[in-house]
Amino acid sequence: MARTLSPSRITTETIHYDANRIRRDMAVRKIGKIGLLLNPIFTYFFLWAPILLLVIFSFNDSRSVSTWRGFTLRWYNNIFNDIVGTEARFSTGLMLNALGNSLFVGIIATIIATIIGTAVALSLARGNYPGKRFVDSLLYLPVVIPEITQGVSLLIFFNVLFDFMSTVTGQRAQFGFGTIIIAHVAFNISYVAIVVRARLADMNPRLEEAARDLGANEWQTFWRITFPLILPGVISGALLAFTLSLDDFVITFFTSGVGTTTLPVFVYGLLKLSVTPEINAISTLILVVSTVLIGISMLIQGRNATRL
Amino acid sequence: MAFNRSFGTAAYTIRQKKSGGLLALPAVLWLVLFFLLPLAIVFFVSFMSRGPRGTIVFPLTLEHYNRIFDIFFPVIVDSVRIALVTTVICLLVGYPLAFFISTRKSRRAQQIALFLVILPFWTNFLVRTYAWRVLLGGDGPVNNLLLSLGLIETPLTLLNTEFAVLVGLVYGFLPFMVLPIYASIERFDFRLVEAAYDLGANDWHAFWRVVFPLTLPGVVAGCILVLIPSIGAFVTPDLLGGTEGLMIGNLIQTQFRGTGNWPLGSALSVVMMAMVSLGLIVYMRFGGQN
Repeated sequence: MARTLSPSRITTETIHYDANRIRRDMAVRKIGKIGLLLNPIFTYFFLWAPILLLVIFSFNDSRSVSTWRGFTLRWYNNIFNDIVGTEARFSTGLMLNALGNSLFVGIIATIIATIIGTAVALSLARGNYPGKRFVDSLLYLPVVIPEITQGVSLLIFFNVLFDFMSTVTGQRAQFGFGTIIIAHVAFNISYVAIVVRARLADMNPRLEEAARDLGANEWQTFWRITFPLILPGVISGALLAFTLSLDDFVITFFTSGVGTTTLPVFVYGLLKLSVTPEINAISTLILVVSTVLIGISMLIQGRNATRL
Repeated sequence: MAFNRSFGTAAYTIRQKKSGGLLALPAVLWLVLFFLLPLAIVFFVSFMSRGPRGTIVFPLTLEHYNRIFDIFFPVIVDSVRIALVTTVICLLVGYPLAFFISTRKSRRAQQIALFLVILPFWTNFLVRTYAWRVLLGGDGPVNNLLLSLGLIETPLTLLNTEFAVLVGLVYGFLPFMVLPIYASIERFDFRLVEAAYDLGANDWHAFWRVVFPLTLPGVVAGCILVLIPSIGAFVTPDLLGGTEGLMIGNLIQTQFRGTGNWPLGSALSVVMMAMVSLGLIVYMRFGGQN
């Protein structure tokens, strides 16, 4: 392409080109800005609308879930007074029993998983032993293997184990709290260890060395220096474990037995049947309880964070 | 080299001794016994035969794998497709959202914006999925809105379709996408964008050549975190999909209900684990370093 060297010509071309380019760039920027504004509006709506609608319709004075017919507490009243449509396999006693089972399993599994998980986090952060890398990868496996695989494999495992035990001892063990708690601990250890390990990584190891230099033995160093410093991590790990345990449906579904139904398994049984206003009310109650629990845990964590 | 390494280890050993192994022991025992061993048993059982009343008996057989590839192959392909589409939608929705959150001016606004994504996620998964059963129902709010707007004449069949499963999965797993991407945009140094502008880049180039490549680890992590549970999903297709949106998770569950066919269910689990491992290997290759 033959270009004349006339300065005026070049300038005009450059300006012309730049004006086009700037116009195009401004258009791109505008589209980007609009997108960045619309996306959060729609996404937040998408995330919150279902939950809010569920809550609103649990107060609706109609069996329909499409039109608003005025405020009522009837469905809540029904739940707590055992008056629920005949098609639902529901009773207040069963629900409260399931809630109790959930809390029992959650508390025991959390205590065991927190102790074991904290120990393995300490060993990975401070220890030096053969097979450390194996331990490290073993811990990440339960996080990445699908829940249904874990549930099914435990179902088969316990069956094989119980078969074996019954041929040896003549008595057959049953699926129940034991199997659920073992399963919950198995997936919770990893989550506790990950949280506590992050806390240990942030901690200055010199503090422990200083304690040792000042004559503390390993036991004293741990309880007076390390433990108080990692305590917020241990507490958030425990709260995470408790929440995961209370919330778990899939793994519990495969490892629970007769009479040890947890709340999620109980709710699943109801959800499979039909859409009723009573289920909306139960869901709203679960929503409120879990929101309150999370609020409390955030407050505890927030206070710990500011204290340190 | 070898000398140096052994020497270094020896010096370290003198200072710290071999310690800490005992602390790992309970976790290792628990996970080997109640996690690895059961998985190994599943693998073994997948080659066994189904006996009377659903028992597991010898001889060893490849029958179940053959059946999977003959009969269930379309469901597996569907599951992978649904999981991939879920991941892509989550990425398209989640990336701009993470960008929006991490570019809020004040720390407080950022925290609130993030909190608003996490809070619905903390409510029980079953309840959240159930909410969509209400929403997408024949006389549910979505159909009512479309009818009153005059966009449709008769209610659409939204529930018990693949569409419902997709909506449920995106709804359930979107935070898994947003959080890692948010974390990597958070760490991103926006002075690099200024530098790109100074060097003549426009927004488009600054994004695709600077911002996106540097936040790729978050994107890869997010995609894996959405893809894996989507492939293994069981509750969402069960409550929203009916017979139309069947996924491999439902097939597995069916084999374990009542007497069922445990070896076949085990073989399906092995296939699912193989797919998940494949995803993880890809992750290690392309995003694991960060």
